[in-house]
Amino acid sequence: MKIIQKLEEKFDKKIIKYDKKSERRSYLDINPADLTDFAQYIFRDMGARFVIASGVDTPKGIEILYHFSFDSSGLVLSLRILLDRNSPEVESLTPIFKAAEWIEREINELLGVNFRNHPNLRHLLLPDDWPKGNYPLRRK
Amino acid sequence: MTEEKKKTIIPIGPYHPLQEEPEFFKLYVEGERVVGLDIELGYNHRGIEKLAESKTYDQVIFLLERICGICSTSHPIAAVNAVEDLAGIKVPERALYIRSIIGELERIHSHLLWLGLAGHFLGYNTVWMWAWKYREPVLDICEFLTGNRNHYAMMKVGGVQRDIDNSDIPQVYKMLDDLIPALDLFKGVAIDDPVIHARTKGVGILTREDVLQYGAVGPTARASGVDIDVRRDDPQNTAYHLVDWQVITSPGGDVFAKLVVRVLEMYESVKIIKQCLEKLKVVKGEIDAKVKEIPPGEGIGHYEAPRGETFHYVRSDGTNRPVRYKVRAPSYMNVASNQKAVLGETVSDAAIILAAVDPCYCCTERVAVVDKDTNKKILNSKDLIRMSQEKTEKLRKEM
Repeated sequence: MKIIQKLEEKFDKKIIKYDKKSERRSYLDINPADLTDFAQYIFRDMGARFVIASGVDTPKGIEILYHFSFDSSGLVLSLRILLDRNSPEVESLTPIFKAAEWIEREINELLGVNFRNHPNLRHLLLPDDWPKGNYPLRRK
Repeated sequence: MTEEKKKTIIPIGPYHPLQEEPEFFKLYVEGERVVGLDIELGYNHRGIEKLAESKTYDQVIFLLERICGICSTSHPIAAVNAVEDLAGIKVPERALYIRSIIGELERIHSHLLWLGLAGHFLGYNTVWMWAWKYREPVLDICEFLTGNRNHYAMMKVGGVQRDIDNSDIPQVYKMLDDLIPALDLFKGVAIDDPVIHARTKGVGILTREDVLQYGAVGPTARASGVDIDVRRDDPQNTAYHLVDWQVITSPGGDVFAKLVVRVLEMYESVKIIKQCLEKLKVVKGEIDAKVKEIPPGEGIGHYEAPRGETFHYVRSDGTNRPVRYKVRAPSYMNVASNQKAVLGETVSDAAIILAAVDPCYCCTERVAVVDKDTNKKILNSKDLIRMSQEKTEKLRKEM
């Protein structure tokens, strides 16, 4: 697929793993430090639409998948990053696209991930007096 | 006085039992102009994603059906698509048509519901009554085909729960034909009426750039000229690629464009249902792939709900329950775009602008205008709707 080729040319060694699940589903494992570069390129230069991010607590650490949709070809591309469970932290994508603002707030409160440079990292769904350090979607 | 103190805050929401997603809008106004909007969510967070982890794949579909009363088949369609993507399941053709029929019936009744509410906010209570009157036969078709007016319980991983009896098809055809004159009526009312033009044209404009920034979807995006529709772009296990229809777009970006897109989409829905019914007459066979096991892995399913793309992500470890289930409803993106659409508009237009993305706007029932300094209530929900209706009345007299 052309989209993936273009990304491979641009980022080359920064892609840790490329998983083509099916014709219209692809997953790219990347380093959290490269996230902004990838997101910026995919959103601004390739014109993809940011759909949503999914946070998953796994035994290896906290995974975040950023789903982008290339609507003209129907491809859903997911960027996967793995964060350390003890101090999960990654750069916020809200400065690039507003669409990430709410979901980053949600992942912050439900999984305890800190998004650097997020303009407004308040609670979105949980009440303001929710006990600190209690993250509902983390596994015990 | 400082800049901050000149602003008055109008809180809208948060609670109303009829609302799809309870939201709390804080309108910042200076005089008549809206200068800011703050949105708070989470008043009815039910923890469905967490709950889904404790249900089997068969049960999860029923759980997700209850996310929303209006999009009660869009979430299940996205959900079965996600699990089928995970496991690589091929769905029998007959089931694809049945899925699309139910999905489109839902779109028609959802758009009619919105049209009625929009009419009410604009002071056209006749539109409201009539739109909801003509919504009833659509619910009757749903009941006729599925046994339920809402929450149809038709979707199932690998197919659908129940078949459509071919002897019922002429009856459904007739009911759909009866709907067309009603749609023509609404098209006339909405698209030709000068007062509706005055109230909705150029109001609450969302540009193409705003749509991309906020990731808005569905009629909200298509009314700003963004040509996206999951049904065409990635139909997955539905029948949209097997029938002939068009994606409706409009370049305006204002409330009027959203109105036009929704009204015209209902015609397309009727077209899709009729073609699917024709196909059902010739496509015989199974309606269920009889899935036994879900392998470990991950899957993505999305579907064009009446309000826009609903997106589901599922991860399995090979047991009969998902380890993670993520749902993103369309209003999650569309409601945020209100922050842009409402800026610079007047308070009397705020009701229809916030309603234009179709967030189930029953929350206005609880609106109140509070003066920031004294914390005193100035206006309530009825006042805001009254102001909107008075504006229409005034315009009508002037014309």
